[in-house]
Amino acid sequence: MSLLNITNLHAAVDESEILKGISLTVNAGEVHAIMGPNGSGKSTLAQVLAGHPAYEVTQGTVTLEGEDLLDMEAEERAWAGVFLAFQYPVEIPGVTNAYFLRMAYNEVRKARGLDELDPMEFLDLLEEKLKVVEWGPEIMERAVNFGFSGGEKKRNEILQMAVLEPKLAILDETDSGLDIDALRIVADGVNKLRSPERAIILVTHYQRLLDYIVPDFVHVLAGGKIVKSGGKELALELEAKGYEWLTGIPEAAAV
Amino acid sequence: MSTEMETLVNREYKHGWVTDIEMDTLPPGLTEETVRFISAKKEEPEWLLEWRLKAYRRWLEMTEPTWPNVHYPPIDYQSIAYYSSPKSMKPLGSLDEVDPKLLETYEKLGIPLSEQKLLAGVAVDAIFDSVSVGTTFKATLAKEGVIFCSFGEAVKEHPELVKKYLGSVVPASDNYFAALNSAVFSDGSFVYIPKGVRCPMELSTYFRINAANTGQFERTLIVAEEGAYVSYLEGCTAPKRDENQLHAAVVELVALDDASIKYSTVQNWYAGDENGVGGIYNFVTKRGKAGARAKISWTQVETGSAITWKYPSVILQGDDSIGEFYSVAVVNGMQQADTGTKMIHIGRNTKSTIISKGISAGKGQNSYRGQVKILPKAHGARNYTQCDSMLIGNACGAHTFPYIDVQNSTSDVEHEASTSKIGEDQIFYCKARGLNTEHAISVIVNGFCREVFRELPMEFAIEAQKLLGISLEGSVG
Repeated sequence: MSLLNITNLHAAVDESEILKGISLTVNAGEVHAIMGPNGSGKSTLAQVLAGHPAYEVTQGTVTLEGEDLLDMEAEERAWAGVFLAFQYPVEIPGVTNAYFLRMAYNEVRKARGLDELDPMEFLDLLEEKLKVVEWGPEIMERAVNFGFSGGEKKRNEILQMAVLEPKLAILDETDSGLDIDALRIVADGVNKLRSPERAIILVTHYQRLLDYIVPDFVHVLAGGKIVKSGGKELALELEAKGYEWLTGIPEAAAV
Repeated sequence: MSTEMETLVNREYKHGWVTDIEMDTLPPGLTEETVRFISAKKEEPEWLLEWRLKAYRRWLEMTEPTWPNVHYPPIDYQSIAYYSSPKSMKPLGSLDEVDPKLLETYEKLGIPLSEQKLLAGVAVDAIFDSVSVGTTFKATLAKEGVIFCSFGEAVKEHPELVKKYLGSVVPASDNYFAALNSAVFSDGSFVYIPKGVRCPMELSTYFRINAANTGQFERTLIVAEEGAYVSYLEGCTAPKRDENQLHAAVVELVALDDASIKYSTVQNWYAGDENGVGGIYNFVTKRGKAGARAKISWTQVETGSAITWKYPSVILQGDDSIGEFYSVAVVNGMQQADTGTKMIHIGRNTKSTIISKGISAGKGQNSYRGQVKILPKAHGARNYTQCDSMLIGNACGAHTFPYIDVQNSTSDVEHEASTSKIGEDQIFYCKARGLNTEHAISVIVNGFCREVFRELPMEFAIEAQKLLGISLEGSVG
């Protein structure tokens, strides 16, 4: 059974349809890149998969390991193993990173019938996970994303991913706003988290990220549909030719 | 805005029950006779009766303030009962003699009055309607020379102290509600910490309104002599009733040179229902006067009451004195709050800090009103004010009225303000990490209030966090 199965997914926000029939199958161990011009629906797809309430699914199905994902609240999806690394991670003043992360970790543990970790036990776990993003423990005493630089916010997302160990990680424009050093750290972090049990979906506008995280599959999204799928070489082709040659394709030719 | 954010207010007030006990209640109405009755009932000395009568006459000449940003129908002061006490109450009874029904009441509120069951390190004075039910740990405190008793008892046992300090910070003529309180105050707590003594335990008063149509007018007076220290906590609840009930208290703090008073409040009076029916009108005057190098710190968590009108203030009279105000005010449903502080800088190098966190949900209206006044002789005075508002949903309001009056050019006054909205995005972020909606809101709101909560004594901080959760229950989703 495939890990994620998206069939003919339509979604709208404020009654305007953004996703117009997306079908995609993702197996454990695979890395898929979803590329496309601005406004093509890439981020919407990420948000819909994570369960953002602003988007209404009007048609289609999504299953995770055979379970109906669309029927779950956002937190239930997290418990089931879905993780969204946000394009714009949200600030939560007054709540330390350590506290927030432990709470999230324990909620997921609880939902899976595992024991919660106390602060000391969690600290040990955290020490290991911090290495994934090359961070020291200082960052954990700061409030969640509050006053973080763009790069720090993205690193924090990857740290959360490392702690929560999702089955399916969706990285929404994780490369946007990163300088070259931050990009390397974030990409290295993601590569360390690649595993045969985990699928990763990279949502990105630029090919640049894919130099660091090499995908197994590349899909081009335009006008709310996947208009082309291919291997990692498709990303290079896009880099050379831009998106126009694809978005100009007649509707009938779209997958 | 999704339906999650629009569905509003479905809260349960867990202290809304009534104790069925026979009461001695004065019929409604307020005349000079009422004042005389209360004074006689409490076997007060002549000077105190005169003090009350003077306040009453002054009150008659005053008009109710209309400047607060709150709206309510006119209060009929003749329809309120001004005195109510359980029939079984004997004056100055020890805790062993207290009616079991009253003990049960406090037990149910989570405030056991038997000393064995009490939290170690907290002494409690319990006020039921107009009278004090009893005070715990008196003997322990007496060893240090600390006096902690009901106000009525203090008038009898320590008249010289009461006479010296009563009205010395909040004069009877200070404002309409302070004058009313001065005329008809029934009971309250009295604290005296002698010179150089650090009070060995937290002192706490628990106020409970039980009787219907009765106003509660308590009076608290805390005196810390030179170099003394005390931390004092107050908590309040009342039954659910359809009528509005008036609570007009006065709190006076006297911190002599080098003394320090920390005063914490968790106010959870009944707030009325979602349509704004019933609830307590909480019109309170709280003020402290700080001598040289003295420190007065107010921390308040205001989650209850239909209307809150209070401005715990500090008169920074002595050089190098410090005033602090940390506040969390929550309004939900139809609640209205107009609260803040006054910091009056008189002495040199006086310092004040104001941290105010207002949370508005439902159709609640929350106003911060603060005054920072630096008088001409307050060289080197400093104030820092931070005033943050958080909105939950679309139907509530947050308002800020800061008044800054600086008359000395060597002083330094800073004011920062922010307004934020708990957005769907913040909640979604938490949900995407495995927290459900209620949990997410509680995390976000508690984070917002963190700077204030960390000023509260430990047990109170936990209580306050829980209370915040309950107050905002149903405000989203």
